[in-house]
Amino acid sequence: MTGVAVLTVALVLLPLFAIFAYLVYKGIGSINFAFLTQTPKPVGEPGGGMANAIVGSMVILSIASLLGVPLGIGAGIFLSEYGRNRYGDIVRFVSDVLNGVPSIVIGIVAYGLVVMRQKHFSALAGGVALAIMMIPTIARTTEQMLLLVPQAIREAAYGLGVSRWRTTLSITLRTATSGVITGVMLAFARVAGETAPLLFTAFGNQFWNWRMDQPTAALSLQIFTYAISPFDEWHRQAWAGALVLIVLIVGAVAAVRIVVRHGTLAAGA
Amino acid sequence: MGVGITVEHLNAFYGKTQALFDVNITVLANRATALIGPSGCGKSTFIRCLNRMHETIPEARVDGRVHIGDLNVYNGTSATQLRRRVGMVFQKPNPFPTMSIYDNVAAGLKLNGFRNRKKLDEVVHKSLHSAALWDEVKDSLHKKSGASLSGGQQQRLCIARALAVQPEVLLMDEPCSALDPISTGKIEELIFQLKEQYTIVIVTHNMQQAARVAEFTGFFLLGKMIEFDKTEKIFTNPSDKKTEDYVTGRFG
Amino acid sequence: MRTRFQQQMEDLREKLLRMGGLAELAVDRACQAYSERDLTRCQLVLENESLINAAEREIDEMAFDILATQQPAAIDLRFILAVTKINADLERVGDQAVNIAERVMDLIELPAVDLPVDIGRMATAVSAMVRRALESFVEGKAELAQAVLEMDHVVDRMRDEAFIMLVRKMNEEPQVTQQALDALLVARNLERVADHATNISEDVIFWVLGADVRHHAQAASAAPRPERREP
Repeated sequence: MTGVAVLTVALVLLPLFAIFAYLVYKGIGSINFAFLTQTPKPVGEPGGGMANAIVGSMVILSIASLLGVPLGIGAGIFLSEYGRNRYGDIVRFVSDVLNGVPSIVIGIVAYGLVVMRQKHFSALAGGVALAIMMIPTIARTTEQMLLLVPQAIREAAYGLGVSRWRTTLSITLRTATSGVITGVMLAFARVAGETAPLLFTAFGNQFWNWRMDQPTAALSLQIFTYAISPFDEWHRQAWAGALVLIVLIVGAVAAVRIVVRHGTLAAGA
Repeated sequence: MGVGITVEHLNAFYGKTQALFDVNITVLANRATALIGPSGCGKSTFIRCLNRMHETIPEARVDGRVHIGDLNVYNGTSATQLRRRVGMVFQKPNPFPTMSIYDNVAAGLKLNGFRNRKKLDEVVHKSLHSAALWDEVKDSLHKKSGASLSGGQQQRLCIARALAVQPEVLLMDEPCSALDPISTGKIEELIFQLKEQYTIVIVTHNMQQAARVAEFTGFFLLGKMIEFDKTEKIFTNPSDKKTEDYVTGRFG
Repeated sequence: MRTRFQQQMEDLREKLLRMGGLAELAVDRACQAYSERDLTRCQLVLENESLINAAEREIDEMAFDILATQQPAAIDLRFILAVTKINADLERVGDQAVNIAERVMDLIELPAVDLPVDIGRMATAVSAMVRRALESFVEGKAELAQAVLEMDHVVDRMRDEAFIMLVRKMNEEPQVTQQALDALLVARNLERVADHATNISEDVIFWVLGADVRHHAQAASAAPRPERREP
């Protein structure tokens, strides 16, 4: 039985390692200082990099997190603590539906909501689109993690004369922190690689852009553009870009885990 | 420092089911009062009505009057204010698992806005002493989490946590039922000392425990209080036959 | 519920009753030996004394065991305490019967004389007291026990009368002093038996009513009980 379990784990991990290995193989050669610090060069010219896309992705993801994480956690808190009733069921249903909406449709919605209003593409619009995608995942995992907190813990707080909302934030949520963070990281990793929603919102940009009212480059967009192009040089850079994207995502998740572990006490420590 | 409790014509309901029928009790200050009775007799429901914890269950309601000292429990104060004067210790020890021992004890104060570090240190020290736990944890107050202690220590931690908010009454809902005999003995010893400062109401299904720690005992059956008297009387010559049948083990 | 406990209590009760029977028999035998000047009966009393002593040990051990292992409460606790006390009183009754038998054996050696004291009547009264006390234990009836308490006065008076009459006889006819003294001692032993019967009744009242009526405290202050309980 143990043998079967080990075998299935290996089978599951195999694609992950295969992808990573292949990316490294194809992309490592193209990663150099220039790649990481320069903007794309025009067609035909060798060299150039994805510096603006790397920064752009970080900006867009930051905006998405700033919008999506609080809303998602808030929804999760509502569902678990105050939503064990018909209203909660409605919210859950809507959340599940939203989760299933194709990412390109969400991109179009963000286009209608933000881009058409502002009359220009922007990182903000991209952030909004990604936030909409993050919220259902974060809400559901937060709800599940909070439900796992034993009722006895809440009762202990009530018994001390702590109000309900304070208990929810300072005790229940705090106890479920590590699980909630996992949910947030899951959502983050998922949207970090999304391309379709950014097509009509951030739109992409060859140059540096620090303004909120202009199209912004993003790694996923850049990889997409380069990959479907006919140029070998761009293909090479696409592989490099993909490798950088994966490394950034893994790095972000690892960093959060380390910070969280350092800040909380584990039982038995 | 403790105060008396008066309960008049208390009826409690969970939705349509009635759990308590016309309960009348006077609990004296600075004494330990035990509540005994078979499972499902309403003693836990009753004790939760004293600090309005039953309100955490949806569809629970109560009518009747409860006074703790001169405070009208249902009409004179909010539930959260009340619970700062009436502390509770639960059947299964429930320290906050992600907090250190210090933070656990200080939780009641910190969460209610109290921030003065020096005063907090004092209160934590005093409460852990009162709970007879200081010596065992004084070197790891900030390092160990509340959940890393043994069962008996966890329960004493919960007692310290309850005492830190300086209540006048301490309600204990079967505090020793999850503990081994030695831990139970330590806690019973503790109750004896705590009586001097607090009024204690303890629900227990262990009759010998009631006999050991409490001056007064009330016997509950099917939501009614059958008899309430001095503990010796209940255990040597109770007035009601139902009490006698329970106490001698003929049922329950 | 607690069937083993109930069984143990029942066994204890039976053992005590059996011992009561032995003690009652010993007193009756000793008194009969007196009126019939019968040596065989005296010897029987002396022989059976060891049975009574053995029973006392057994009952004490059993009661102790139940106390330690079953933590009886309320009426059951009172029952165990009452049993241990009644146990001790019954053993003393046995001792008194032996004392009477020894006096009778002494009297048999001496010439028979006519004494102005009706030991037989006293013996009947005392025997009735013992029997009624044991009955009140069997039935668990406080009223029967109360009746025994009242009979004690009668027996006390009989002993006092016997004392006066016998002392006068000794003064008037010094040659019968030994017999008179023996008779006096028998009267005193009977009065002690009556005392023990009284103690047994007080213990029964304690068990049934939860009232301590020793040394003539009133039983009226005890709360009325709805019905009697069987141990």
